Amino acid sequence: MIDAEGVVKRFGPRTILRGIDMRVETGETLVIIGGSGCGKSTFLKCVIGLHHPEEGKIVVDGVEVAKLKTERDIAEYRRKFGYLFQEGALFDSMTVWENITFGLRYLTDIPAGKYRKIASDCLALVGLKDVEDFKPSELSGGMKKRVALARAIAAQPSYILYDEPTTGLDPIMTDVIADLILDLQKQLKVTAIAVTHDMKAAYKVASRIAMFHEGKVLQVAHPEIIKISDNPYVRQFVDGSSEGPIKMKLKDFEAEPAAERTS
Amino acid sequence: MITTVVGGFGRFILDTSEETGQFTFLVRSTFGWMTSSKIEWRQTLIQMSRIGVGSLPVTAMTAFFTGMVLALQTGSSSKHFFNEPLFVGTVVSFALVMELGPVMTAIVVAGRAGAAIAAELGTMKVTEQIDALYTLGTDPVRYLVIPRFIAFMIVLPLLTVASDFTGILGGYLVAKAKYAIPATVYWHDIINNMEVRHFVHGFLKTFIFAGVVSLVSCFKGVTTRGGAEGVGKATTAAVVISMVLVLVLDYFATAVLNAFGIT
Repeated sequence: MIDAEGVVKRFGPRTILRGIDMRVETGETLVIIGGSGCGKSTFLKCVIGLHHPEEGKIVVDGVEVAKLKTERDIAEYRRKFGYLFQEGALFDSMTVWENITFGLRYLTDIPAGKYRKIASDCLALVGLKDVEDFKPSELSGGMKKRVALARAIAAQPSYILYDEPTTGLDPIMTDVIADLILDLQKQLKVTAIAVTHDMKAAYKVASRIAMFHEGKVLQVAHPEIIKISDNPYVRQFVDGSSEGPIKMKLKDFEAEPAAERTS
Repeated sequence: MITTVVGGFGRFILDTSEETGQFTFLVRSTFGWMTSSKIEWRQTLIQMSRIGVGSLPVTAMTAFFTGMVLALQTGSSSKHFFNEPLFVGTVVSFALVMELGPVMTAIVVAGRAGAAIAAELGTMKVTEQIDALYTLGTDPVRYLVIPRFIAFMIVLPLLTVASDFTGILGGYLVAKAKYAIPATVYWHDIINNMEVRHFVHGFLKTFIFAGVVSLVSCFKGVTTRGGAEGVGKATTAAVVISMVLVLVLDYFATAVLNAFGIT
């Protein structure tokens, strides 16, 4: 279980998270939606310990992230997580199988002789085969996402954090990746947090959906409730409308009327 | 106007202080990890090959022509004053072994390998590969910085020794071809006047240069911000700062070594 209480995160003068209170129950898939820059990815990075909140705390299975000090404790904590980065973040200099098994060396005691087999098994889980010796540069966008997913599950984590798993993919591949996430949830029985803009994928994989806006949680509810939410912010986001309380400027300045320019 | 200038100066001081603090933290982490965890020897060997073998042709060629031009200048000056080319071997060897060999090798390697390190780590940073290292249970300082630091510490002194020899050889070719100085005279000049401490003087400096170039390049790489433009800026900054620091520290290192009688 992941428990966030009053999480505040600032970068210099900018406050990104303004007191996030949220609980992710064991076995569920919580999807976080919200506009760009609302703090979704920052929250994920706080959960895994890449960022440290200025205020509040995040507790995972009774362990508070900020209180981890020794290398062993930190490794033990990270061992629980698989993290899928937005662009995959595959290591360019390594082959696919080296990428997938990279974390095993640091997170597990599995002998190196078994790595290749584990890589093939993880690739099979994400629907790929015979790409073990390819470099990331030789893969398509969809294949990179799958390999990154295979890397995220290689150390058999209890939690998977997906940072925009479908961004940049075509609609069919988006659906395939959403199916894959669902399939992995069923097979591996993991707890997951997924950050996405894609409402179709969100409805498909979510046990619950949380809407973030300006660093705060506006609503957390079952997808069916989110669909009919009467919160105007949530309503605008799920409808994908430019009209509503969420103001996103078309441009940063107002154009002068033509008459004024010519005068 | 005054407010803008004072504000800009204040911002510069703050940024420089922040960067110095971050750099100090990186240096501390590097030595901390080196003493507390296993060294990535495979990565270190890869870096030694890239930095050392890859740089050898260019450092050797630079030193070769430097030795040639030193012999040419010394020969023509002494001919002008004494009517015959005197002390060519002595001047070439002293200049190369104590100053030009270490400094020029460090500058050439900073331009070649330092730039490559900053660009590689910078690209890893902006594509979240460095964050991925954290999530996969290892620390970027341990996996990326320490192997490069150790590789530089081993390879730069060796490259400098190679530069010293090729430079002296280049000087000999000019002394022989241009001024008809016999081999015995040229080499006797060197052997009779040069002592081990002169060699040690130049050799010790290479460790300082190796530390500075490797750590500055790694620091600029891992703190890169802002996509392709940021990588370009980080690479330029790494090379410029490394080169300036090599020249500045050369003076102070020489002063300290002289004070200890290693001169």
